[in-house]
Amino acid sequence: MVELVLPKNSRVQDGRHWPAPAGAGKVRAFKVYRYDPETGLNPRWDTYDVDVDACGPMVLDALLHIKNTMDPTLAFRRSCREGVCGSCAMNIGGRNTLACTHGHADTPGKAVQISPLPHLPVVKDLIPDLTLFYAQYASIEPWLHTETPEPQSEWLQSPEDREKLDGLYECILCACCSTSCPSYWWNGEKYLGPAVLLHAYRWLIDSRDEATGDRLDALEDPFKLYRCHTIMNCAQVCPKGLNPAKAIAEIKKLMVERVV
Amino acid sequence: MSDTSRGLPPRPLSPHLSVWRWHITMACSILHRGCLMALYVGALVLVGWTLALASGPDAYATYAGLLTSPLGRLVLFGLTFALFFNLAYSVRQAFWDAGHGFMPKTADMTGAAAIAFAAVATVVVWVIAAFTGAL
Repeated sequence: MVELVLPKNSRVQDGRHWPAPAGAGKVRAFKVYRYDPETGLNPRWDTYDVDVDACGPMVLDALLHIKNTMDPTLAFRRSCREGVCGSCAMNIGGRNTLACTHGHADTPGKAVQISPLPHLPVVKDLIPDLTLFYAQYASIEPWLHTETPEPQSEWLQSPEDREKLDGLYECILCACCSTSCPSYWWNGEKYLGPAVLLHAYRWLIDSRDEATGDRLDALEDPFKLYRCHTIMNCAQVCPKGLNPAKAIAEIKKLMVERVV
Repeated sequence: MSDTSRGLPPRPLSPHLSVWRWHITMACSILHRGCLMALYVGALVLVGWTLALASGPDAYATYAGLLTSPLGRLVLFGLTFALFFNLAYSVRQAFWDAGHGFMPKTADMTGAAAIAFAAVATVVVWVIAAFTGAL
């Protein structure tokens, strides 16, 4: 269902202002979404005046700087700090991206605005609940399905067939694309979303996989696949430069090709 | 998806439309939806016109008067745009269905081109209408 405004308990209120420490160099404001489940209060925007000379160039550096020197209660996920794990996906300056690979100087606007990935239940501050996203990923059975007897060594694949997986296997499941998609916002319970469909395509075109028909059957549904309206937000935001919209179009082509 | 097992309040929904910085492809998609809905109204306007035509000269004169009023003209101008934008967007979709035009830069460009085409075509049609005395 299309809902343009947030439910009452989700409306973000004005929060606290955290001034920069005395003697700070170049200061930039970071407007950060805060939600504390223990208080029962609505979420709020806190503004931190960060001494950007004292921290690294990435948004994650600034968040760590805030947590270490200003406000230890700020909660967010992070791990690899080099765009491989996908933990620090969040909405920065109105677009979903990874905090660890996105420079705060590259973020437009007076303040760097940071909120959790859009249209998800918030656990705390910048940490959204991705349970549904992972369940949808599991639903496409993202592993090799085979019927022929297992070979003596490994399943072989020609270099040409292996190349077909380029642009797909690099996905780190950060959920930037799925949570950028208005279609996924309004129909997230039924529409699988860009990331999961990109993975579905990755297994559909794997030359070693023998369940192509079953996989297509599972996607043949008014919602799971066909809620993609090529809005293209997914391809615009993917921090790895992948193109879920194209992968989804390729699945739609496979659907047509098998009936004609 | 709300964890209330520990007596916590239901989880808030993170902001979406209110924080999103729009891409032109997203704007085009929503404009396309809007134009489609406008064309449903346009179909009713057309049905009304045929009904008025069938009901005789007086009914037709009243209906034509409505359509040529400033508000009527604004609606017709909007419908012309909706028609041309829908045409351009459908061509774009045909390329997508064939698997082409998915690079973000290309999609930005074709989106802008669809809007530009619709705007120019609409103005051209209305200029022709004005010169041939159809207004």
